[in-house]
Amino acid sequence: MKRLIKYLSAYKKEAVLGPLFKLFEALLELFVPLVIAEMINQGIGAGEAGKGTVIKLMLLLVALGVAGLIFSVTAQFFAAKASVGFVTRIRSALFSHIQKLSYTKLDTVGTSTLITRMTSDVNQVQTGMNLALRLLLRSPFVVFGAMIMAFTIDAKISLIFLAMIVVLSIVVFGVMLITMPLHKKVQARLDSLTHSTKENLGGARVIRAFCKEEEETDSFKTKNYTYAKSESFVGKISALTNPVTFIVVNASLTVLIWSGAVRVDVGGLTQGEVVALYNYMSQILVELVKLANLIVTISKSLACASRIGDVLDIPAASFEGEEYTGDGSVEFKNVSFKYEGAGDTSLKNISFFAKSGETVGVIGGTGDGKSTLVNLIPAFYPATEGEVLVGGRNVCEYSMTSLRSHIGIVPQKAVLFSGTIRENMLWGNENATDDEIIEALEIAQAKDFVTAKDGVLDYFIEQGGKNLSGGQRQRLTIARAIVSKPRILILDDSSSALDYLTDLNLRRALAKLSCTLFIVSQRASSVMNSDNIIVLEDGEAVGQGKHADLLENCTAYREIYETQFTGEEGVR
Amino acid sequence: MKNKGTLRTVLSYISRHKFLLICLVLFSVAFSLLALYIPIIIGDAIDLAVEKGRVDFDGIKTLLFKVLFVTGLTALFQWLVSIIGNRITFSVVRDIRQEAFDNLVKLPLSYIDSHKHGDIVSRIIADAGQFADGLIMGFTQLFTGVVTILGTIVFMVQINYKIALIVVLLTPLSLFVASFIAKNTHSMFKKQSETRGEMTGVIDEMVSGQKIVRAFGYEERAQKKFDEVNSCLEKHSLRAIFFSSLTNPSTRFVNSVVYAFVGGFGAFVVIGGAMTVGGLSCFLSYAGQYTKPFNEISGVVTELQNSLACAARVFEFINTPPETEDATLTLTSPEGSVDFKEVDFSYNKNTKLIEDFNLSVAPGQRVAIVGPTGCGKTTLINLIMRFYDVDDGEITVDGKNTKSITRHNLRSNFGMVLQDTWIKKGSVAENIAMGKPDATRDEIINAAKASHAHNFIKKLPKGYDTIISETEGGLSQGQRQLLCISRVMLTLPPMLILDEATSSIDTRTEKKIQDAFAKLMEGKTSFIVAHRLSTIREADVILVMRDGKVIEAGSHSELIAKNGFYTELYNSQSAVV
Repeated sequence: MKRLIKYLSAYKKEAVLGPLFKLFEALLELFVPLVIAEMINQGIGAGEAGKGTVIKLMLLLVALGVAGLIFSVTAQFFAAKASVGFVTRIRSALFSHIQKLSYTKLDTVGTSTLITRMTSDVNQVQTGMNLALRLLLRSPFVVFGAMIMAFTIDAKISLIFLAMIVVLSIVVFGVMLITMPLHKKVQARLDSLTHSTKENLGGARVIRAFCKEEEETDSFKTKNYTYAKSESFVGKISALTNPVTFIVVNASLTVLIWSGAVRVDVGGLTQGEVVALYNYMSQILVELVKLANLIVTISKSLACASRIGDVLDIPAASFEGEEYTGDGSVEFKNVSFKYEGAGDTSLKNISFFAKSGETVGVIGGTGDGKSTLVNLIPAFYPATEGEVLVGGRNVCEYSMTSLRSHIGIVPQKAVLFSGTIRENMLWGNENATDDEIIEALEIAQAKDFVTAKDGVLDYFIEQGGKNLSGGQRQRLTIARAIVSKPRILILDDSSSALDYLTDLNLRRALAKLSCTLFIVSQRASSVMNSDNIIVLEDGEAVGQGKHADLLENCTAYREIYETQFTGEEGVR
Repeated sequence: MKNKGTLRTVLSYISRHKFLLICLVLFSVAFSLLALYIPIIIGDAIDLAVEKGRVDFDGIKTLLFKVLFVTGLTALFQWLVSIIGNRITFSVVRDIRQEAFDNLVKLPLSYIDSHKHGDIVSRIIADAGQFADGLIMGFTQLFTGVVTILGTIVFMVQINYKIALIVVLLTPLSLFVASFIAKNTHSMFKKQSETRGEMTGVIDEMVSGQKIVRAFGYEERAQKKFDEVNSCLEKHSLRAIFFSSLTNPSTRFVNSVVYAFVGGFGAFVVIGGAMTVGGLSCFLSYAGQYTKPFNEISGVVTELQNSLACAARVFEFINTPPETEDATLTLTSPEGSVDFKEVDFSYNKNTKLIEDFNLSVAPGQRVAIVGPTGCGKTTLINLIMRFYDVDDGEITVDGKNTKSITRHNLRSNFGMVLQDTWIKKGSVAENIAMGKPDATRDEIINAAKASHAHNFIKKLPKGYDTIISETEGGLSQGQRQLLCISRVMLTLPPMLILDEATSSIDTRTEKKIQDAFAKLMEGKTSFIVAHRLSTIREADVILVMRDGKVIEAGSHSELIAKNGFYTELYNSQSAVV
């Protein structure tokens, strides 16, 4: 919560005025027992003659009600404004913070929990904040106000109030302290339920193919029951708040009445005053019950707030640096790389130099580090050892935005965003014209199917590109990278879903571009015409050079080539 | 009408806990009545302290002990009410969630494929949770509220029926005000939840696709896009929250007016001698207590309405008809002949996909299917595995219509590896042992070795015990495929389906895996879908598909000799820029 409170600063005025108007309202409420006491003492005490006073005082009560209404409506407005504004800012800050997390952090934290934190946790914080602003301060105001009023009637007796409030504070905050970590645990268990559900939707085919339906149901059942149990456990503890409050207040009441009676007996108090003290006590009870219920909601919100705080506490990666103005040359100097938490290095001592405009092929087996290698070029991950230079400078010295805006990357997994084809194409370059987009689509072999769609560039792509085939998605992601006219273009095994004919046409078209081109592939045919081919095996470059040289000198390369081009049919 | 049906369903779930429910109602009544009784005793006690020298200490003492005793009982009942309410609610919601999940694994794949996963998740998780919140509030406040209202009326009438009448007549005003506000804010809440949904969409996309966002320097634009929805949500939330929060001040205002009138008239009555001062104080505290449940009930009713709407969404999901299983036949070690007879199928009635499809596969044959994207390759597999049922015609295995074979048995006779790999959260070993949970570690390691996954698994931080999931573990697409292949290597199924199973695996490893497969599949029927022609060259029959039809069929050399579409595909793979 401490970490989040700064987002309230823009709403200082509202955050102060809201509770302040609540205070005014509470003050008015405190006058009510006084007026009633006056009614009993002056009005009733005067008998028939007091009727006029009674009517006057009754009207006064109504007037107090009207004033209370105005104050509380004002307070509600400010509270709503402050709490809604507060979480709006938190959400925005969270979003912007997530955009600054390093790839390593994104990998370790996982996106699904980030999404729950931005949605359901933030909503819970809003509810809590709004309630807190409206009621959290109001109840103590009323309680302390009632106490002060009680003191003006009889200071000694009112000490009972003081003792009671101390005891209750201990109870209420005790419950809060105990339940808060429990709420956090419950929330984490709910996360695992969400995870199971998602997993079962995504893996429906595999689960059925292996006939695992029953086991999945059982495993969900265990999680579901644990969740219900833990939620019910927190509920049991929270449920203690109300009865305990009730006992403490009523016990104090009996003490109050007894001491009141003693004072009345010696003439230190009137009967009306005892009634007034009793009324204050009742008022305190009502407020404390509200407060206790509030505490339940607030501890839940605090637990959520701390989950949000945890995300904000993850250190952000630095994006600052120099503008990238150099050419498209790429150099690796003795680069090694290890993923955080991984057992083994993924890249070992890689060195190569690619002149601007050259084509570099990266080939190797599954898990040999091909993607890792190209991910170091736009500095998605920093090299663990050695240096990666782009345009003659270490990539870490560049402003990330500047560096990445000149590097086009087509990832293995074709991700598109909901929106029109045009909107997706404009990702890399906001100002691209339709002609430029069409040109890029043509290079990416996507023009034909795009022009066949209703609305062409205005064709709406659903979330994740659901309404396109795998091959179509891949070609669009390639076009998207080309639209930005990058100095360096990286294709990370991004033609796996294309049939070979389309793949061939694509490579022919790409060859005409002037940028430095990295082609990561498992197909020897995709890389064999590159200026330099890097052959990776188990994170090490076991061969580098042109196709003909490698065929002669590099066993690994030759094997790859041969499995794909076995001579018998006489292809080459 | 719809709400009524939902309510009935909810009640049927609740009535499973009849005993607890009866306790809940009884305790609620006891709690409310006892809570009402306390002010009476205290009022009596105050009446015993009239003025200087006229205080009946003995009487007061007895009454105060009574107060303490009743307080203890009240608190006990209150606690029990909360606990029972909690217990029933969490059991009900747990059962509902469980039923929803039970149905999830039984739903036809066509349902899962055509519905947004996020929506289903939110039904099972968020809606069920919202429903629980409403139900708890209902349990703890509705009964006690109603009993308190009835009880106070009785008590007040006993003290002075005239003043009681004022209270009874005036208080429903607050209910009226509350329902007026609720009605008018409903549309604002709807707007709020719509905007919220829209925002969740943006978050889901941008956070899941965060790496792409970075790659394209899209951060600022993403932030702008997000902030737009965010400020839109701010506007709608503010309206909804502010206007709905008017309920409380308004009803409180009505109550304070009631209070003023009771005070005034009460004073008159006391002056007239029909009531004591203690009676008045007691009455005033009733007036306060009587109006409070009205506020609460109006709140509960709104909350319950909302939670019923949520429950309805969960029930709708639960009631989606699951796949029915009326087949009884099971095959044990089938020969493996697979026939398609005049099969018609389409996902969508308007666009025909597969029409009058015939295919006959002899036991032990290796069948490869090639063709451009969208030609229906994967659909054939969906049909063989009965993920979808044919519209017309039949598919037989060993001459038995697949519809007469139980799905479990049919599927367990096929080993399947798909292009879209799926990893379950758990250890590597658990993932491999998916089809054979009782496999020993040695068997698992042997399967991993056969699929050439052993080498990379060894290097993971905890080897076979490393926890992996869809998003965790940092496995490459190819490594995931190797794991999926290990699963099949472990189960040794009588028939095999590989749908682009090696598309992300390098050709050298693939070659080795194929050797392993070849050994595994000796004499067993297999279906292989692939783009990569090196993958399928060895097949006994290659089916070339286009637009839902087989246009060429034969062995590799036969097809090459034909010099048709297959040759065109094949040559493009070996061609060079």
